[in-house]
Amino acid sequence: MSIFAEVPQAPPVAVFKLTADFREDTNAQKVNLGVGAYRTDDCLPWVLPVVKKVEQMIVEDNSLNHEYLPILGLPELRSAASKVALGDDSPAIKDGRVGAVQALGGTGALRIGAEFLRRWYNGTNNTATPVYVSAPTWENHNAVFSDAGFKDIRPYHYWDGEKKGLDVTGIMDDLENAPEHSIFVLHACAHNPTGTDPTPDEWKTISEVMKRRKLFVFFDSAYQGFASGSLDKDAWAIRYFVSEGFELLCAQSFSKNFGLYNERVGNLTVVAQDKDNLARVLSQMEKIVRTTWSNPPSQGARIVAITLNNPDLFIEWKGNVKTMADRVLLMRDQLKAKLIALGTPGTWDHITQQIGMFSFTGLNPKQVQYMIKEKHVYLMASGRINMCGLTSKNIDYVAESIHETVSKEVTSHWTGSDITVGLPVERKRCVARRSWGEIFTFISFSDSLKMEKSCCFLSW
Amino acid sequence: LANVIADFIMPCEAGWLFSVIYCLYLLLDVSISLPDCFSSWWSEVQMGPPDPILGVSEAYKRDTNPKKINLGVGAYRDDQGKPYVLSCVRKAEAQIAAKKLDKEYLAIGGLGDFTKACAKLALGDDNEVIKSGRNITVQTISGTGSLRIGANFLSRFHTEARDVYLPKPSWGNHTPIFRDAGMQLKAYTYYDPKTCGFDFQGALNDISKIPEKSVIMLHACAHNPTGVDPRPEQWKEIADLVKKRNLLVFFDMAYQGFASGDIDRDAWAVRYFIEQGHNIVLSQSFAKNMGLYGERVGGFTVVCKDAEEAKRVESQLKILIRPIYSNPPMNGARIAATILNTPDLYKEWLGEVHGMANRIITMRELLVANLKKEGSTRNWKHVIDQIGMFCFTGLKPEQVERLTKEFSVYMTKDGRISMAGVTSGNVGYLAQGIHAVTK
Repeated sequence: MSIFAEVPQAPPVAVFKLTADFREDTNAQKVNLGVGAYRTDDCLPWVLPVVKKVEQMIVEDNSLNHEYLPILGLPELRSAASKVALGDDSPAIKDGRVGAVQALGGTGALRIGAEFLRRWYNGTNNTATPVYVSAPTWENHNAVFSDAGFKDIRPYHYWDGEKKGLDVTGIMDDLENAPEHSIFVLHACAHNPTGTDPTPDEWKTISEVMKRRKLFVFFDSAYQGFASGSLDKDAWAIRYFVSEGFELLCAQSFSKNFGLYNERVGNLTVVAQDKDNLARVLSQMEKIVRTTWSNPPSQGARIVAITLNNPDLFIEWKGNVKTMADRVLLMRDQLKAKLIALGTPGTWDHITQQIGMFSFTGLNPKQVQYMIKEKHVYLMASGRINMCGLTSKNIDYVAESIHETVSKEVTSHWTGSDITVGLPVERKRCVARRSWGEIFTFISFSDSLKMEKSCCFLSW
Repeated sequence: LANVIADFIMPCEAGWLFSVIYCLYLLLDVSISLPDCFSSWWSEVQMGPPDPILGVSEAYKRDTNPKKINLGVGAYRDDQGKPYVLSCVRKAEAQIAAKKLDKEYLAIGGLGDFTKACAKLALGDDNEVIKSGRNITVQTISGTGSLRIGANFLSRFHTEARDVYLPKPSWGNHTPIFRDAGMQLKAYTYYDPKTCGFDFQGALNDISKIPEKSVIMLHACAHNPTGVDPRPEQWKEIADLVKKRNLLVFFDMAYQGFASGDIDRDAWAVRYFIEQGHNIVLSQSFAKNMGLYGERVGGFTVVCKDAEEAKRVESQLKILIRPIYSNPPMNGARIAATILNTPDLYKEWLGEVHGMANRIITMRELLVANLKKEGSTRNWKHVIDQIGMFCFTGLKPEQVERLTKEFSVYMTKDGRISMAGVTSGNVGYLAQGIHAVTK
């Protein structure tokens, strides 16, 4: 009898399943608006010119070898990456109270941070500290923190489905009512999946409440530069919180803004109160890294470090980033314009108000199904589209498909209420967590906003 | 308050001064004791101890003695004491660069070309397991990442037993990896300090008492840290006993090719166990045998009952991997895959691995010869009998400390030396030092 006889088949990770289904689709007009990777106007992956240049430099440098990096990673990467986040003239860096851990992508940075917090924050090994993630959020946030050992992962209000914008009152309520010392995962910019960020004034209010209520700030910064085209603008919130005296963690990813997706380049920036605390924190993070991956991969780190530390290459990189951001902004403008021109029901201002790679269209799961099955336009069940999947060649088709889907009376199989992301159903708020295919898993929030999972089977 | 004090309590000139100072004191005391604005979240975080193995390299770097030798971490060095980038690796890199590939995310389980070749390398091209599709092999972050994924998987799904039995001693990082994954650590006798060899009877005794379904960790070849491997007939008895005890076998193979110089010979134990019907789990590293240390190339394999079970296991491995690092790094896997799948490069690689193993074997012989020349009367046969990158010298911690302090020879406290750090240029000095502390 096999020891693994009882191992159940796990559901596929939705976003990758979407791409797999897209690949199998033979329809000539198919469009993939699923996974978050940049595409050119020819719908091709784009290796940044500066990356090509630096890779060539590395290949030609015979003095380089493949020896182990230190446990915490390549020092030149760690310091340069933290500078990018906090600013060249960051007082915190000058005070020597900023450190970093090179990690495998943004995911790796989040995981090391989560593991550290679970062991050392709010007591020792306190798995009961509540961790708040936005509703909705990147679907992997939950698993990162729960696999790190946290038992109480809760949503905080974020997306207002009716007004298709930020639920400011909801956020503030949750901040006021969260138990002291709760951890909050904040998206630094280009919120995934909604593309909706707080304004500077809203960030200021959030900061004031978090300070007063002693809440912990954990930034997820996966799109610096990619959102507005400006590194400084996209890091404004992080820098503001640092200037307000917070000790915080910031998980950085260089997957998107360097296009280095598969080289897994990330950085966990640690801002502590002083050198001494920083040193002890880093020493404990080192222990965590040692039992997770020992030391991080060198190729991607070298590319980023060389680029960030060379003034000319740094300028060239910023230009490449702006190219990507500008194309996304263009697609936003054009999509909104076309939907308005078509007379598509509803308001579409959110397309241009939102920022970054993703847009929360507001399409409900049934509409999403229609888009996929009937129009061969692939997007997440939450209604999230990757703007990078839009090109001058397919934008008309996509706009028309949205128009058709929204105009049709696409009715729900659910008796009664319309299951729409973000809208209240009875007295609960539902967020489609895993979907696609036969299984919808809804995370429903009870009135005390503790997360409950209910599993529904849906057949079309 | 100042007024009150001055008028009523101390109505004199000094009173004013006193009252002002007192009030200032109160004010300052209040502001200093606003703890939460000014104190750190991290005041209770202890300073972690330096990693025992990697810490050795760091101490070595700080030493200014020109004769210093680093015999700490297990990274291969050539006879000039320099890191060695394999020629087949450079060729593979050039081939890859010419292809101008994109940087799109790999699948969670990694590069298919790599994982298939990785499994074949370990199990043999014609292995029935691979043919029937009953293995699942995922790309991992080198050996450590592989062990961690394995530990997490067992912790989540092998619920009948929480105990992992490690050989005594084992690689220092095994214990914290399994512990962090939620498993409990136990040990079975392995090394015999009297002979500096394998305590076969001791191992069999201990293994015979291990509770059913427990996990037993076996080093496939080139045991770390002792360099002591069972002989084939001993492996056969161990396999037999392990089957009788119904134990789950976890093979750690970090040195395939590096031990004897022969890929198939070094994988013999793994293949034998599978042949005997053990459905093992296996960690592989390409850090040493391809010199791809910093690229983090490894594999984790679960040998399942059938292809259907392999699919279920694969789906769960992905669920484990995704919240750690989403998907693995491309560069090293691409290099390894290119080498394994290109006949010329593969042949060249086999030659280079053989060369590295041979240099190690030569250094072992030279060290013993030099010790004899120094006049050492101790039995150093184990230095030649042991295999792989490491040698368990038999030195005690006090002797190791002296060796480091007086001779700037850096090694781990357990007496382990990395033979890869020994060169024809430093072997004489090393022998001097070892003799000095052991005579």
